[in-house]
Amino acid sequence: MATPLVVSEVFKSFTMHLRDGIKLPVVNDVNFSVASGECVVLGGPSGIGKSSILKMLYGNYAVDAGQILVDHKDRLVDIARADPRTVLDVRRHTLGYVSQFLRTVPRVSALDVVAEPLVARGIAAPEARGKAAELLGKLNLPQELWTLPPATFSGGEQQRVNIARGFITSHRILLLDEPTASLDAINRRVVVDMIADKKREGVALLGIFHDEEVREAVADRVLDVSQFSPRKAVAA
Amino acid sequence: MTDTPLLKVSGVSKFYGSRIGCKDVSFDLWPGEVLAIVGESGSGKTTLLNCLSTRLMPTAGSVEYRMRDGNFRDLYHMSEAERRFLMRTDWGFVHQNPADGLRMTVSAGANVGERLMAIGDRHYGKIRETASDWLTRVEIGTDRIDDQPRAFSGGMRQRLQIARNLVTGPRLVFMDEPTGGLDVSVQARLLDLVRGLVNDLGLSAIVVTHDLAVARLLSHRMMVMKDGHVIEHGLTDRVLDDPREPYTQLLVSSILQV
Repeated sequence: MATPLVVSEVFKSFTMHLRDGIKLPVVNDVNFSVASGECVVLGGPSGIGKSSILKMLYGNYAVDAGQILVDHKDRLVDIARADPRTVLDVRRHTLGYVSQFLRTVPRVSALDVVAEPLVARGIAAPEARGKAAELLGKLNLPQELWTLPPATFSGGEQQRVNIARGFITSHRILLLDEPTASLDAINRRVVVDMIADKKREGVALLGIFHDEEVREAVADRVLDVSQFSPRKAVAA
Repeated sequence: MTDTPLLKVSGVSKFYGSRIGCKDVSFDLWPGEVLAIVGESGSGKTTLLNCLSTRLMPTAGSVEYRMRDGNFRDLYHMSEAERRFLMRTDWGFVHQNPADGLRMTVSAGANVGERLMAIGDRHYGKIRETASDWLTRVEIGTDRIDDQPRAFSGGMRQRLQIARNLVTGPRLVFMDEPTGGLDVSVQARLLDLVRGLVNDLGLSAIVVTHDLAVARLLSHRMMVMKDGHVIEHGLTDRVLDDPREPYTQLLVSSILQV
């Protein structure tokens, strides 16, 4: 089995056309890989490009140069070059993402928000909802909230819905952008356990965790993103 | 993933005299895919939509559609009768103004049933049953089946228009600003409904909108038009999160945050 995720020589900058075309370099020459069953944590101060790296891997940000190779259905897909249809298929089957904030859809219940990735993979709605309920229960989301749309939930409640949605599938690669930021200690521990389960299942995890305790508990290694920062020469 | 597109568009241009309507547009649309065409008024998005849906003859280029038998046919080399049949059965067209897509002086049930009759259904009871089922799916009470759309609110009319279009099980639906002119609360309901139906039925759709939030919610892929040209094209998330072209950056930065 190929390494699930290999990033090589990736460069990223933003060109701000509305600001006289100034160019903001984000990261230069990013190289790393994540093995099956490994949890790699992106480290470094805020604004150094950690979230940008996750967004490039997920296809939300374009890449100036380099390759992002994902082992998808037994072939290698370069996310940096793939067409939209391929990126969507990779997201559906191989690459999961838990963002910091939940993008709420009007009128869709928490249970259906969580079940959706399974339904998109062709699993029958009742079975998907059953699995969703199991996860929401594990994350201690009060049952009376399950049938409500999450738009009015608190930050921590929304985040738990988001985590359940990200963890419900058996994607081989999981990207985590501060999934525990607004959780209390009990639920943080639940998430730590869920990450440990994923590792045992052989999932490759790449995440950002500012909470030191969580980071200590889940990280197999920390990748210092400041080594890829174009500003490192200035800072040094 | 199927390996054959549903629609193949190549080099489509439309000129109004010397003025450009749209210029040299090419793309493939795949089964189950929703494509949003965004841009400001006058950017050519509706011209393009009309060229793709045979409502307007393009000046140049070709549009090929994969028929149910698996063969591609060039829409502009079909007879008028074949095109009309396609429009009535395998395609849907949702207009911004429901009055353009409905018959305002016949009942809601007849509006939905008419397309069924066009594909050969003759059994009155069955047609009425299907129509009533579709009214429920678009959240219109079945007690309104005999009312004319004139007596409906804007949001209800739009939902009725959607039911009328989807009742024949089309594979491709064109939508021109489907939420334009509706209250935001009505918009949310309609969007949620369209999103659910598109997912459940596995439809392909081309949606013209100037509302980027609508594009984000409904579409997989997005084309940005300006002055008749497609200036940016890609995964919807990518275009909205990391717009590359000056005009797209302007559009995205102009969204009001609430």
